[in-house]
Amino acid sequence: MIKTDILIIGAGPTGLFTVFEAGLLKLKCHLIDALPQPGGQCSEIYPKKPIYDIPAFPEVLAGDLVNNLMEQIKAFEPGFTLGERAQTIDKLDDGTFIVTTNKGTKHHAPVVAIAGGLGSFEPRKPPIANIANFEDKGVEYIIRDPELYRDKKVVIAGGGDSALDWSIFLADVASEVTLVHRRNEFRGALDSVDRVKELKDIGKINLITPAEIDQVNGNEKLESVLIRKNNEASEEILLEVDHFIPLFGLSPKLGPIADWGLEIEKNAIKVNNSLDYQTNIPGIYAIGDVNTYPGKLKLILCGFHEATLMCQSAYQRIFPDKKYVMKYTTVGGVTGFDGTKKEAPKAVVKAIN
Amino acid sequence: MSDIKVTIIDRDNVEHTIDAPTDMAMNLMEVVRSYELAPEGTIGVCGGMAMCASCQCYVLSDTELPEMQDEEEAMLAEAFYVEDNSRLGCQIPILPEMEGLKVKLAPES
Repeated sequence: MIKTDILIIGAGPTGLFTVFEAGLLKLKCHLIDALPQPGGQCSEIYPKKPIYDIPAFPEVLAGDLVNNLMEQIKAFEPGFTLGERAQTIDKLDDGTFIVTTNKGTKHHAPVVAIAGGLGSFEPRKPPIANIANFEDKGVEYIIRDPELYRDKKVVIAGGGDSALDWSIFLADVASEVTLVHRRNEFRGALDSVDRVKELKDIGKINLITPAEIDQVNGNEKLESVLIRKNNEASEEILLEVDHFIPLFGLSPKLGPIADWGLEIEKNAIKVNNSLDYQTNIPGIYAIGDVNTYPGKLKLILCGFHEATLMCQSAYQRIFPDKKYVMKYTTVGGVTGFDGTKKEAPKAVVKAIN
Repeated sequence: MSDIKVTIIDRDNVEHTIDAPTDMAMNLMEVVRSYELAPEGTIGVCGGMAMCASCQCYVLSDTELPEMQDEEEAMLAEAFYVEDNSRLGCQIPILPEMEGLKVKLAPES
């Protein structure tokens, strides 16, 4: 059981900045994110894109924004449960919460802050009839353990970096790798594209383009796929395979959070924006893109503001009897949980003779 | 203020003819969102960077549209339910010469 003061669901910019504001109040944070790395959309979708509306940053790349936030919160030693999706929440008699992930990891905290953005990123599943019947019986949307494919026949579909990179990697693991893409052009790092071409030329990757997987077949488990080339029935190929790995990127879905009894409107969680961004369940807050209220704007800078106010309310909830006034970091400095202390240098008083 | 009429067929097959402003630097995805013709969170997920295909639509009129750029083409190569007349709404700026544009929103995927 992981114990913390504020359990943050979602490690995007808003969730990460919450760690800082909580840290100033001496509250510890732990973050859960379905993605394997922190940063949310900024890392997953557009790390190389510039953002122009972060106050005091005329221009910052989304990936750099995440790196800066990680640096800013380092001293507050946040915990991370990455690659797992928050699945269920239970409120205990003492008003605290237990959040359990899809992999069974349990987290216990008096305050839960949902900073889930547009939801958890789930693999986009191609619209092939019956494909659901073969999930985890030969069809995998995410490669968790490459050893699963040792000496097996594998077909990968997709045209982006992950399709290219996994084709390259599995060429040395699987007995047979086929890469199917709808176009002749691939969108990926140039050296990945070149490497796939090399592997194709020496017969280690069987490349079929422009083509699509049209059917999946098998009894208990996947046995073959039907590949349709050039969109012509006359060019259909029945390929015997042990595994089919569709890699068409990820798309965010609100997911299990939608079933937590929170008030939902327009695919977002309703909160009290006149006070502290609390949801209809006391002790559960929603901040950043995941929440909604009159006039809501889905901007990173708004998420930062919401996180800041939310932490003040969380403090009151955790320590109802403690008196507290907000201190400027310029005055109070930043004292990390790791023993570091940053503070403004003291002015020197010296007479001029 | 100068508006053009565009027709959007939503995902429930309901046809809406709406006024789209040509002077607000809006794109087709944003127009659809401003009229709430698809639920929030199901369209324009990436914000308009041609990185999610949630604003894919089928162009039904023979309106001349800006040529497809590489990013849009690459995204459509990975999207589902793609047809020859598929475009990403976020890559179509609303221009005066698009009066009468008619599109159908592609299914959510």
